[in-house]
Amino acid sequence: MTKVVKHRLFWPAFSLVALIVLNTVVRPQFMKITVRDGELYGALIDILRNSAPLMLVALGMTIVIATRGIDLSVGAVMAVSGAVTLTIIDGAEDPGSTSTVLVAMAVGTGVALLLGAWNGFLVAVLDIQPIVATLVLMLAGRGVALLITDGFITTVNSEPLEYVSTGYLFALPFALFISVAAITAISLVERRTALGVLTEAVGINPEASRLAGVRSRGITFGAYVLSGTLAGVAGIIYSSNIRAADANAAGEFIELYAILAVVLGGTSLVGGKFTVAGTVIGVFIIQTLKSTMLFLGVPSAQSPVFFAAVVIIVVLIQSPRVHRIARGLTGGMRSRNLSAHSDAEVAA
Amino acid sequence: MHADIETPPAAVPTAEAVVEMRGITIRFPGVLALDQVDFSLRPGEVHALMGENGAGKSTLIKALTGVYAIDDGTIRVAGEDRVFGSTADAQSAGISTVYQEVNLCPNLSVGENVMLGHEPRGLRGIDWKATHREAARHLDSLGLHLDTRSLLSSHSIAVQQLVAISRATVLDARVLVLDEPTSSLDRDEVERLFAVVRGLRDQGVAILFVSHFLDQVYEISDRITVLRNGRLVGEHLAVDLPRSALVTQMVGRELVELEAISEIAERTIDRTGAPVLRASGVGKKGVLEPADVDVYDGEVVGIAGLLGSGRTELVRLLYGADRPDTGDVELNGSAARITSPRHAIRHRIAFSSENRRAEGILADLTVAENITIGIQARRGWHRRMRRAERDAVVKEYIEALGVRPADPNANAGNLSGGNQQKVLLARWLATAPELIILDEPTRGIDVGAKADIQRKVAELASQGLSVIFISSELEEVLRLAQRVVVMRDRRQLGVLESSAVDVQGLIDYMADGGEGSVA
Amino acid sequence: MNASTVTATRETVSRHTRTFLDRHASLMPTFAAVLIFAVLLIGAQIHFGTFLTPLNMSALLLDNAYLVILAVGMTFVIVTGGIDLSVGSVMALTGIWCADLLASGHSAAVVVPLIILAGAAIGLLIGVLVQYFDVQPFIASLAGLFLARGLAFVVSLDSIRVENESVLWLQTTRWRLGEWYITPTGVLALSVALIGAFVMQFTRFGRTVYAVGGNEQSARLMGLDVARTKVAVYVISGVCAGLAGLVLTAYSGAGYPRNGIGTELDVIAAVVIGGTLLTGGTGYVLGSLIGVLVFGTIKTVISFMGAEQAWTRIIIGLMLLMFIVVQRAIVVRAERRR
Repeated sequence: MTKVVKHRLFWPAFSLVALIVLNTVVRPQFMKITVRDGELYGALIDILRNSAPLMLVALGMTIVIATRGIDLSVGAVMAVSGAVTLTIIDGAEDPGSTSTVLVAMAVGTGVALLLGAWNGFLVAVLDIQPIVATLVLMLAGRGVALLITDGFITTVNSEPLEYVSTGYLFALPFALFISVAAITAISLVERRTALGVLTEAVGINPEASRLAGVRSRGITFGAYVLSGTLAGVAGIIYSSNIRAADANAAGEFIELYAILAVVLGGTSLVGGKFTVAGTVIGVFIIQTLKSTMLFLGVPSAQSPVFFAAVVIIVVLIQSPRVHRIARGLTGGMRSRNLSAHSDAEVAA
Repeated sequence: MHADIETPPAAVPTAEAVVEMRGITIRFPGVLALDQVDFSLRPGEVHALMGENGAGKSTLIKALTGVYAIDDGTIRVAGEDRVFGSTADAQSAGISTVYQEVNLCPNLSVGENVMLGHEPRGLRGIDWKATHREAARHLDSLGLHLDTRSLLSSHSIAVQQLVAISRATVLDARVLVLDEPTSSLDRDEVERLFAVVRGLRDQGVAILFVSHFLDQVYEISDRITVLRNGRLVGEHLAVDLPRSALVTQMVGRELVELEAISEIAERTIDRTGAPVLRASGVGKKGVLEPADVDVYDGEVVGIAGLLGSGRTELVRLLYGADRPDTGDVELNGSAARITSPRHAIRHRIAFSSENRRAEGILADLTVAENITIGIQARRGWHRRMRRAERDAVVKEYIEALGVRPADPNANAGNLSGGNQQKVLLARWLATAPELIILDEPTRGIDVGAKADIQRKVAELASQGLSVIFISSELEEVLRLAQRVVVMRDRRQLGVLESSAVDVQGLIDYMADGGEGSVA
Repeated sequence: MNASTVTATRETVSRHTRTFLDRHASLMPTFAAVLIFAVLLIGAQIHFGTFLTPLNMSALLLDNAYLVILAVGMTFVIVTGGIDLSVGSVMALTGIWCADLLASGHSAAVVVPLIILAGAAIGLLIGVLVQYFDVQPFIASLAGLFLARGLAFVVSLDSIRVENESVLWLQTTRWRLGEWYITPTGVLALSVALIGAFVMQFTRFGRTVYAVGGNEQSARLMGLDVARTKVAVYVISGVCAGLAGLVLTAYSGAGYPRNGIGTELDVIAAVVIGGTLLTGGTGYVLGSLIGVLVFGTIKTVISFMGAEQAWTRIIIGLMLLMFIVVQRAIVVRAERRR
């Protein structure tokens, strides 16, 4: 039993289940899934579908954070890839043709990949702090997106494009398949090859890893490329959903929600050990919370207050001081200065 | 209370002690770091605190300076009971500390570092002129004539260390704690420091001195207290305690096993063929003047020199951790260029850094992952080691080196220093190197592990592995190495046959810059 | 003058330069910012002919007064090695709350202290999380950002006009000197910058801020009150954000809960351009003032050129890039010298 409780995914999973139970109690129709024209509908299905952009961004963020980094530019990258994709479709002779849309999406994703490579270059080659390095693109990226769309919101009517976010495949939303594909691919690559452990090594101690012969730069660079690319796909899904490229609103605050999802999932922001499964749970917690607030009639603009509360609760739960107080309350070990612990380990 | 050790002999009545620590006990999770230790310090004396690594010296100092809270016992300063909640509390009680690593702010000026928190203030805030004047006065009184407005980081570590002492004098300290202040200083700088310490002592300051260098301890100390395994072993007047007795008290047993190691190491090396590594004129501007090293099959080459002498810089250049700008390297007779650790590893060179925590162990990964990361990195990420293969390698090295706990899934960060060092040695041996560079592999680890590692190195060399071995403990270097490269001031002084020199000879050679007559 | 005196003079000069560099290496990025500012102004004057006018220059301060105030607070935080992402949202919250309270008939004398206290309270929350619960500044201030932004919308979902005389006075009053003018908001911004600079350079608290940024562990071992200082810088940043909310509300004549989205990034960029290192330990409040003016000038130049305002962000991004690359190069060189 204690083993279950101590598992790193226990608290994230517990929170998610608790949220779902709470929702079910308050509104029984929450769990209800209806079939219409062989397609599934319901609150849960909506959560699965709407979480796709955040899922992709958060997966990339997980890997970046594992390397001791952070990618603030994901929202801006989403805006750029959406702008590129929709501008191409808008300018094409036949916006409705599948091939046009596929080419446009490939170009949009390719641009996002290059932007990720740019971040990777600044962090891995020039050794610039990740927060600062990605801040550059976070600032400039939306400007670029605005230039691409000429400062307007480009709207497009294109069926293949809409399919990405609202279409169905085998009775399930197509966007869900994109999420699942990304989750599966990343889990397989990280755990079936040695990339996962090498990434963790780089995140735990970049210099020690370099001296051990690990390609620290290459791994760090790759993490930003991945993050950029996934953000690009997320930007296309977002644009597909609103059928427009909105350089200002696309991916607004998504970097913050993505970081929150990663932390909620149990991956520490200091880098090193990471869990893809945890991030997936984190994303669902956030999406379920959003759905709950929508149901409760909280204006979406006010929802950040709840997320602030969640962030504060989560960081307090993780805080060593709170652990000490909790231990003190349960009459366990005598509380003592935290720094004493770590120094003692150094001395020992 | 002292059930299993005898009450230590008190050297002199403790009536006028300025610091009285009684029954100090500190527990860390799973470790009793200090067990009922008594310690006292009198005005106008230099009192050395001695013990092996892990004996509890640092912990005792940290208890006195308010860094750690004590679990049991009392601290009296100038007759008053004190409870220190922070370093600021200790400072206000008149206790100042100078640490081994300079604890000042590199981004501020020298003068400000001396005066920080005690700057003279006028109506318009801090009076900078007066601040720098005051700082200059304190520095001058220690014989330091510096531009007080220059940045601290523009000065050498030695000067920074002296600035730290000046700061202590500003605080009007009754007690000055010097925690290994000399480890990065050369002989002249140590002399300068000691002159300052004597001056302070004569003014009636009580000085607690910690050093690994026995010569320095005997040169400056009036009294010596020895700790072992968190317990007090004894307190003596320095003149009453011969060196051999001190060492025996510190170590607690005779180290017969070390003699066996010397026996393995004493053999002749065949230097007729091409050396495994020959580096000529390897250097880097501002880091190291060009140096020559060669290592033959099965040879252990020691590097002797103080911290900052260029010994670490030299091996980092050889390993490609930093890029040299001059010099040629030959490996087994053919020219090679090593510009990154990956190159070095491909050429079967391994390097274990002196900085175990910062550059060695991967703290959150398991022992198994730490051991196999070197192999895995060489293979590339896409060719993952098979589970069975991995388990076999890990098991082999955990057994061969005696890693404790012998659990491949233990978190490497929770191991003791000695066991972490063994894990690192395992990581490198698992890559099957021809040459292994060990930078301070025995620093800060317990005596048993130290002997284990030395024995392993000697054995491996006798089986044909080439080793470059760096240690601050010259006995260790001489015991293991057949030849010793001597470094000072980022320069190579020369290469000595270790059979032709003893520890004192080596120290003299380092001090004279190779001009004296040795070997 | 014979040859030897010339060499002697040259040596003295070079020695003086070296001493100067040894002492003031940390001022270099700020000098660079001043230089860029001058080049921008002169370049714009040459290009447009009518750029460097008293009216334009006065407007520069007026338009960017709230940014100056935010940048001062941010400088304190960044010099300790932290970061405060909440400032834009806190400004929006205090701004809309200010407008709301005034609209419901409260007097400005009550409202102004109240909103500044609100800013301080959020700063305190962040500071306590950072200092006492070991939360990274990035995350703690992120919580502050979410909280303030959400609360701003709780106060009102739409913008609220301000009709209070005394608040509008802050903006509408023009103290003139020839064609130059300054508003009370401008005076407020400049005073905040001057007070900030004074505190940083001439008080023990200010020096502790630098010490914490230089080496927190050392600062603690030197007996400085690190905990209080670290909490205080976030409170200062919060107070500045509260003041900025007042100034922005006066400036736009209304409170709006969507104000200041992304402003934290502009502020951080301005502070970095002004010569403050994001790694902490180095930086100047007056440098940040210059950084904001550079930012404002670029905005003005772009509107003069009739180009997309999107370019402002791009140029600021590129300038930020240039600065961090140069700073990085300096650090690398310093490390190599050692």
